[in-house]
This record gives sequence, structure tokens and C-alpha cells, in this order.
Amino acid sequence: MTVSPGIIDFGYRVLRARTAFSSSRIALRTAVVSAALFAVAVGFAFVALFLGDYPLSLQDVASAMSGRAEEFVSMVVIQWRLPVAVSAVLFGALLGIGGAIFQSLTRNPLGSPDVIGFDAGAYTAVVVVMLAAGSQHAWSIAGAAIGGGLLTALVVYLFAYRRGMQGFRLIVVGIAVSATLGSVNSYLITRADLDDAMQVGFWGAGSLSRVTWSTLVPVIAISLAVIATTILLAPALRSMELGDDMAVSHGTRVGGARAALLVAGVATTALVTAAAGPIGFIALAAPQLARRLTRSPGVSVLAAAAMGSALLSAAHLLSHVLAIVFRPVPVGLITVCIGGIYLIVLLIRESRSRSGAAR
Amino acid sequence: MHSTALSSGTPRTDGVSDASVPRRSAVWGLLLAALLLSFLLSLAVGANPLSVGQVWKGLVDPDTSEASIIVWTERMPRTLLGIAIGMALGVAGALIQALTRNPLADPGILGVNAGAGFAVTIGVGLFGLSGMTGYIWWAFLGAAGATVLVYVIGSLGRNTSPVTMVLAGVALSAVLGGLSTFLTLIDETTFESIRAWGVGSIARVRVDDVMTVLPFLLLGLALAVGLAGSLNAVALGDDLAASLGTSVMRTRVLGVLAITLLAGGATALTGGIGFVGLMVPHVVRWMTGPDQRRIIIGSALAAPSLLLVSDVVGRIVVRPGEIEVGIVTAVIGAPVLIALVRRRKASGL
Repeated sequence: MTVSPGIIDFGYRVLRARTAFSSSRIALRTAVVSAALFAVAVGFAFVALFLGDYPLSLQDVASAMSGRAEEFVSMVVIQWRLPVAVSAVLFGALLGIGGAIFQSLTRNPLGSPDVIGFDAGAYTAVVVVMLAAGSQHAWSIAGAAIGGGLLTALVVYLFAYRRGMQGFRLIVVGIAVSATLGSVNSYLITRADLDDAMQVGFWGAGSLSRVTWSTLVPVIAISLAVIATTILLAPALRSMELGDDMAVSHGTRVGGARAALLVAGVATTALVTAAAGPIGFIALAAPQLARRLTRSPGVSVLAAAAMGSALLSAAHLLSHVLAIVFRPVPVGLITVCIGGIYLIVLLIRESRSRSGAAR
Repeated sequence: MHSTALSSGTPRTDGVSDASVPRRSAVWGLLLAALLLSFLLSLAVGANPLSVGQVWKGLVDPDTSEASIIVWTERMPRTLLGIAIGMALGVAGALIQALTRNPLADPGILGVNAGAGFAVTIGVGLFGLSGMTGYIWWAFLGAAGATVLVYVIGSLGRNTSPVTMVLAGVALSAVLGGLSTFLTLIDETTFESIRAWGVGSIARVRVDDVMTVLPFLLLGLALAVGLAGSLNAVALGDDLAASLGTSVMRTRVLGVLAITLLAGGATALTGGIGFVGLMVPHVVRWMTGPDQRRIIIGSALAAPSLLLVSDVVGRIVVRPGEIEVGIVTAVIGAPVLIALVRRRKASGL
């Protein structure tokens, strides 16, 4: 890998990686910012290891990590807290990737999976499975979340498709479908037994604390495939941002690339929702915040992943701190509240700029 | 202006030919007939299987028979409330669409329901509120706060697009909903009292509460009718409206006040019924044309019909149980919203 202006001057410093089969380049600033954000994410997740009902010292954690601690401490760190900390970093990255893919494909900063109804669909499916079918099993809930989310995303796309896809239409159709699903949820929740309804409420709030190694390992395996797909298709994604015609003339197979990217984007959100419940607004905010930090012209998948990790780890740490000073707050509620406020600020800014980009 | 209009002795100022007059009276006739029909339907249909004859006899000849008691003490208050709530929501929708020049505006979508729900949750969770009468004021406060907030967010920009305002409402609803969820999840009793409230219903309201809120609704309706003329001017754009002698600022402030009274009052009583304020003004606009005076009056007639029919549907589909009217309107309303954005000129208003 070399840092050089190279033969072509891109106007910014780039890192190149060249092998016999492929060559890629990445802006130096993007690489540095992403590395820093990932470091921040890991740092936050590490600090969260110390916090909880059973406070631990640095020495406890270090000895547990190296396998020399007493059995109980080792169990707390390795079996209970470590999977949650890993999931904060990994899920954040997945949400960031999903958001970056959807925002690039819809060419709209608001086109993230949570805005276009994926979360609402997953939630409804889980409500149906937990309340109507009465199943509390982790795998059936995960399956319902993925199935419901996919089906809703498909329905939203079909309704929004009319001689091409418009970001504006996609978002409003997503809102309409979410509103209907939301009222179906309320109907089921008001008719359910109180304890069951509370269970659903906790699931719907989105929390990392229920993640264990047995649920995390399959997620990691699938995530690696998804991330690999996205890395391979990132150049195609970038050229499709210029419009389909331009992408075709660059040699991108637009149809196939778009289908594969859609599957990858939906899979990221589906994995997270299945394992932790809906965690809103990270997918929306991460790519845009990353774009501002890296000053890149478009959405960068790598930077969005790093920013997503940092955001979710920060929310995770915040939820631990809140648990100590006040009450345990599910991490999904923290991201919804902070992310919602961020979206409002984004909207105000956007409508102040003359054109109003969300058309 | 057509010569026929001049010769008829009643000069028309809106430039519409006489040919459309029968059509227009047909529109008003249709709206009134629909209202009357849905009124009777709402009296006739319910969980208790009374025949039409029994209902009619109980209605015109009030006595101590079971049918008469059901019609007069159960169905009549509910139906009248439905009409009042429908009027309030329809007119609030028409006003908010006219003021923001946004065809997708609706009190529910813009976060009024979430605001009311949040305030009630705070009241119950943190201040130990219980009972409907206490809910009313908190809900009113929350609904009013959310209305003003979304309007301010929407009007901060010079050129706020329809979807920006809708998203501002969605974001606000998400934040308030998240905070409400937190408050309900930490306390089971709060969860139990709140979970039914947010589902809009006209079945559980008590007469006392209606009497408390009715003055606000009436004031809001009066304001709306009074503002209708200046809304026509505002529809031309702020500059043109000012040059026509309309005080844009006054119209906007009074308009937001009217929306707050109508949507806030309706939400406080019912818990929030979405999409009525979105759908009705569109349908009325197709029938009456773009004059705001006609749209507002038309919405006041058409929205109660929609609300009552939705309520009747909710009483029928899961007999002997009921589905709340707010759920029925959401299921009907979402396809309408989708159809609106699929039309080519979605933002044309």
C-alpha cells in the first residue's frame, strides 16, 4: 500500500492497494478518520466492560481476558459482557453499512432502512409471533424479524416504484406503511396479556443486553459474508451514485450490482434487528456524519461503518452510565431519542439551504 | 366572466359559469346525504344486534325499552362525538394543508398524537395521574406543544418541502415515542394505563370530558371559517397575499391557534385518530375546487362521515369485539397516502 499522488491527481491524497487481481484506492483522510472512529468504538466498548451490576477493576478484566481470573469474574467478563461489547461494535458497523448502501442507492440522505419501514415490519412480525403464536423462542423471533422486515421492505419498494424509483416517494410510502403497521401493533398489544405485552415492549425498545455468544456467532459469520460483498461492490455503488447511465458507461452491471447491494443492505438491518431488536437512526445518521468528517463527496461505506460502530458503542456506554445513575435504559431508546433530534436538526438545515434536497 | 352570469342578476365574482351550479349543489347535497346516512348507520349498527325497526322505534319514541336505552344512551352520544371529532380533524387537516401549502400534512402524521401521548405518559408515570378527566388537560397541552413545534420546525426554512415537514413530524414522533416507551417500560402500572390510550377511540369518552373540550373545538371551528378567505390569499404566496391586503402573519398565527384547538381537543378526547385530516381535504378539493372556504366547509361535512363509517366498520369486523376507529382509519388512510404520492403531481396544491 502506498501513499502517493500517483499518475492521476484526484485532488486529495489517496492510499492504494494493488494486487495481481485488483487495485483499489481510498482517500487518505477517509482511511485515517475511519481508523480513528473504529478505535473510539473499541475504546467505548472496552470501558463498558467495567460497568454493570458487578463492578470490575482493570486488573479483573485483563486477567479474565488472558484466562487467569477466578471463575466468576471470568464468566461475567467473557460470557456476559464481552458478547454485548462485541455486538455494540459489530452491529453499529452493520447499521452504518446498511445506511450507506440505501442512501447511495436512493441517492437521498433520508433513504435509510429505518425510515422506509424495515423496522416497523420486523416489529409487527415479532409482535404477531410473540402474542398471536405465543412463542418466545430466540430463533423464531429472529426469523420473524427478518421475514417481516424483508416483506415490508419489498412492499414499500413495490408501492414506491413507478417508472423508476424516487427518494421522495420511497420515504412517504415507507411512512404510510409504517403508520399502518404501527396501528396493527397497538391493536395486538392492547388485546394481549399484560406480561406478554411488556415483553414485546422490551423487545421493541431494542437492547444489546440479550446478546449471547450463541446468538452472536452466527451473526458474525453472516456479517463477514455481507461485509465482503459490500467491499467487492463498493466501486459499483460509487459509480451508480452518478446515475445508471453513467454507471453503465463505466462498465458496471447495474441490475446485478443493485440487486446484490439491496440484499446486503437489507441483511445488515435484518441481522441486527433479529439479534437485538430495532435500533433506530444509526443507519440514518452514521453515513451523513461520516461524510461530513471525511469531507468526501459521496457516502463512504467504510467511514459509515466506522461511524456506526462509534455511535452505537457510545450509546451502549451511555446506557451503562444511565443505569448506574438512574435506571437501565435500552440502547435502542437512546439512539431513537438522540437520532430523532439529529434528524430534526438535519431537516431544519436542509430546508434552510435554498433547494431543499429531499424532493 | 360569462355573459350568462351577468344577465342572471346575481354577479358572480369567482368566474365560474352557471353550468357548474347544479353540479356544485349536487356536491353539497351529496356531502350532506353522506353525513346523514353515516349518522343513521352509526345509530343502527353495533355490538347489540337490534333490527332497523327496533332502532327506529327506539329513536323516534324514547321510552324505557332496551332498544331505546341503547340508542339514546350508548349510540347517540358516541355518534354525536364522532361528528364533533370528525369535524375538528377534517377542518384541522384542511387548515394545516392550506397554511403549509403541503398536501401531505395531517395532525397525526405531524406528531400531534405523539405529543399528546407523551404528555399523558409523563402525567401518569411521573405525576401519578389517573382517570380520563386528568388525561384531557395533559393531552391537550402535549398536542398543542407538538403542533406548535412541528409548525416552527417546518417554517424555519424558506422553502420547506412537503416531505421535510412530514419527516420532521416523524422524527418528533420517534423522539417523543422513545421517551414515552422508556417511561412505560420502567413501570408496569404506567404501561397498563397507557397502552390503550394511544389507540384512538370514540367509545370510551365521557360526556363531562366532551363538555370540557367542546368550547375549544367550537372556537377552533369558528376561527377556521373566519380565516378561510385570507387562506385563499395566502395560497397565492406570502408576497401576493400581502399585496392583496391580507396580514400574512395574523393569518398564520390564528391558523396555528385554530389547528391547535381542533387537533389538540380531538386528540385529547380520543387519543389520536390519524389520516382523517389527511384524506378528507383532498377528496373535498377534487369535488369543490381550490376555494378554501368551500374546502373547509366541505371537510367539516365529509370528515364526520368518514369517521362514523370507519367506526361502524370497526364495530362489525371482529364481532362481538370492536376495533378502535383510529386503527381503522390508519388501515384505510395509508393506501390513500400512497396513492397521493404516486400521482404525478404530488406536491401540487
